[in-house]
Amino acid sequence: MSATSSPAISLKVEFGGGLELLFSNERSHTVTIPARAPSPAGADTDVHPPGGGGRPADIAFLIAWLRANLLQERAELFEENGTVRPGILVLVNDTDWELEGEGEYVLKDGDEIVFISTLHGG
Amino acid sequence: MALVCQASTNCMRNKISWAEVTIKTGQLKLQQASVAVVGAGGLGCPALQYLAAAGVGRIGIIDHDVVEISNLQRQVLHTEARVGMHKVLSAAKAIEQINSRIRVEPVTSALTASNAQTLLADYDIILDCTDNLPTRYLLSDTAVQLNRPLVSGAAQQFDGQLCIYNLGPGQGPCFRCLFPKPPAPEMAGSCEELGILGAVTGVIGTLQAMEAIKLITGLHDGRPTLLMYSALSALPFRNIKLRARRPTCPSCGTEDEKVGKIGETDYVAFCGGQRPDWVARGLVEGHENLRIRAKELKDLLMTGRRVRIIDYEMPFDTEQYAMSTNIPRSDIPLKVFVANPAAHLSTTDETSEKAIGCSTLNNATLELTEDTYLVCRLGNDSQIAVEALKSVGMKGVIKDVIGGLRAWAKEVDEMFPVY
Repeated sequence: MSATSSPAISLKVEFGGGLELLFSNERSHTVTIPARAPSPAGADTDVHPPGGGGRPADIAFLIAWLRANLLQERAELFEENGTVRPGILVLVNDTDWELEGEGEYVLKDGDEIVFISTLHGG
Repeated sequence: MALVCQASTNCMRNKISWAEVTIKTGQLKLQQASVAVVGAGGLGCPALQYLAAAGVGRIGIIDHDVVEISNLQRQVLHTEARVGMHKVLSAAKAIEQINSRIRVEPVTSALTASNAQTLLADYDIILDCTDNLPTRYLLSDTAVQLNRPLVSGAAQQFDGQLCIYNLGPGQGPCFRCLFPKPPAPEMAGSCEELGILGAVTGVIGTLQAMEAIKLITGLHDGRPTLLMYSALSALPFRNIKLRARRPTCPSCGTEDEKVGKIGETDYVAFCGGQRPDWVARGLVEGHENLRIRAKELKDLLMTGRRVRIIDYEMPFDTEQYAMSTNIPRSDIPLKVFVANPAAHLSTTDETSEKAIGCSTLNNATLELTEDTYLVCRLGNDSQIAVEALKSVGMKGVIKDVIGGLRAWAKEVDEMFPVY
């Protein structure tokens, strides 16, 4: 395999509502992830094809990537069956991810993705 | 010239009268409006305060709890003198002092699936100021059934969230559209368990009153958004655009597109059963070799015996009790530590010793040279920590304090700050 660097995209990722505790207790992260994800969705994220293989990086891939590379503890509180666990809302540039295609939203360089856990206290 | 003056004067007059009309009709609308506030706690108190001050004509309050001293840091309508009183009656008293013309309708029973519709049907707007997930789903479903907007607030630690569900109604999403499946009960903590900065519930509760006032006076733009507040963020407020109502939602969906039924939902079961009662769990007796009562620890300290306290919450007053060493909260979170205590115990470097706060730890024998007592807020994390220390083979006296610092405040030192 050649060591040519694969294209990458840089994202701002934020966690809130207690989720930050799973990510080094840091709310705000800047991450650089491969621009292309292995195909199909749900494949092992540690191995990504160099160059043009796979599919463009989408949020489903980002979730798997965050779990493998940024998450510090208790993965089950973040990810479940290839998506976020119930009770987590995902925002794409300040918009509910459902309006953007949920996991299939194709990430663009500079996007801001927020993962927020719903709160119940009062 | 004269003409221009004339025109601008008229314009000014019109503007003034417009403002006056808006304010006057707004005030009238408020007087004629009715709002139900479910929960007279951290969110309910500030919401009620501003709704009452604004002159909302009729306010229903539903809550079955009584006032406790630990509520007072955030539940600003209650007072020391009213500890033990039903929260709704205490709140009603406070409202009467603010505006005696308001009709307050206090309900001291808990909101349940069987009484929700009856209790809430008579109000224009519902405020969700509750502290638990099953009631949040119940309120959302009830608001949909009654065709009422639900102004929902939530808060935890330094964070808050605000959203109007069933806005429109029939346009914006309901709570179920956004969160069709509830998270595990372990993930759903309340203020009482997780702690909260009182001003956070103050911010969110006040915003709930604001949103209700906007809805009543017709000043709301009708767009469904979710506001997130995080007190410690550089930009503490973030407002996000929400999806529309989900046609397949079992609650608010379109009749022939609904997937699943709500029917006779058992809301507690739906949310994964009873939420663990962390206060009660922290108070379990446990084995005498593993746990110690706060009072017993105090007596031990008074004998002058050298012991080690590992305190995960806040430093004890070492001078008062002349204890040997006090180790405040470590740099490594307890949960990371207990996940793999060996990793933090196995090396002899300074960092790891600091990490668990046991500088007298003898790594060769894993024996503690001083009796060690662990304490946390409610006595749950400290149980896990003791277990973790034992599991890696640490010998010697290692116990945690039953009921944690809460119990210390209750049994030993009434002046100890409770939070």
